[in-house]
Amino acid sequence: MTQGIPFNVPFLAVAAMIGIAFYIIISQRNLIKLVMGLSILASGANLFLITLGYREGGVAPIYTYTPAGIMVLPVPQALTLTSIVIAVACLALMLSMVIHIYRHTGSTDSEKSRIMKG
Amino acid sequence: MMSKIVRTMASLLILFALIYGLYIITHGHLTPGGGFQGGAVFASGVALLIVAFGSEIIHKSLKEHRLSILESSGALIFIGLAFGGLAIVFFYNFLVGSPIFGHIPPSGPNPGDIWTAGVIPFMNIAVGLKVLAGFSAILLVMALATTLTEVEE
Amino acid sequence: MRKIAIAVSLSIFVALLIGAAFLIHPFGYPPSPMDDYIIENTQRETGANSAITAVVFDYRGYDTLGEATILFAAVTGVVMLFRRKKLSRIKP
Repeated sequence: MTQGIPFNVPFLAVAAMIGIAFYIIISQRNLIKLVMGLSILASGANLFLITLGYREGGVAPIYTYTPAGIMVLPVPQALTLTSIVIAVACLALMLSMVIHIYRHTGSTDSEKSRIMKG
Repeated sequence: MMSKIVRTMASLLILFALIYGLYIITHGHLTPGGGFQGGAVFASGVALLIVAFGSEIIHKSLKEHRLSILESSGALIFIGLAFGGLAIVFFYNFLVGSPIFGHIPPSGPNPGDIWTAGVIPFMNIAVGLKVLAGFSAILLVMALATTLTEVEE
Repeated sequence: MRKIAIAVSLSIFVALLIGAAFLIHPFGYPPSPMDDYIIENTQRETGANSAITAVVFDYRGYDTLGEATILFAAVTGVVMLFRRKKLSRIKP
């Protein structure tokens, strides 16, 4: 550690997003708010993947009419593409199940939809 | 079913949205974009139609068992192209250097040539078909489910 | 009682996350020799002008195959959950 401790603002933003998402998942009771918390968690992970691959003063890694400069890393951007599509698919399935729970039990409270009791 | 101004403007704007989505899909090897992004733009055009006209009218001409034929054909084309280069490895790019899509661009910054990149444009079109059919089917089914009053299992 | 447990565990977790954010490499100087090879040799080996599309469909094609499978399974699940009982008129 010859340069001291680096103060990286994007990684602190990722830590804040994941912390807020975990607080929402633990403490809320409404089912729609739980689904929103899971979606914020997925977005925080995608942001972390993109900010890992940035080079100082870089341009996009595409060779059609590029300006001069060094290029940023292309592999984390490819992994983030896959992760965004998977998050959308999981969100669609979760919302369909919330609609079915509302039709069967009549409310979106997670304390009232415990069917196996006693 | 919204008012007459909204319906007229939606039926004019849907043309530009669909052509923009297809442009992003087919130019995936030259500019930022590709199969997944272009499919999402196309499906947002279909969402505009569902919001403006109501899901009952759209369901008369766009049923979900026809969209599943599109999606399955996209997946089969993708797997068939992956098996095409099995002589060396699985997923080998066997069209680089051959006369179909096989020009090699000069090194460094250049204006793009569309007849390059081997098997990648076909894979872009296959994945674009899969994504647009899948997202349109999800949107249509979820919009239909909220208009019925009595639904059985 | 429940609120005290939530507060203690969440504050320990967020403190560990912020501590990890200070220990990663400085933002803007990643150590990676693999991507130098990909940026140099994309136009000669695959023939595409865009390095990101070449990585998604040529160097890492297996990940795209798995993701297409997940998309297919999710669409099948959603359409199956909203079926209506109109097929009971078929006589055996």
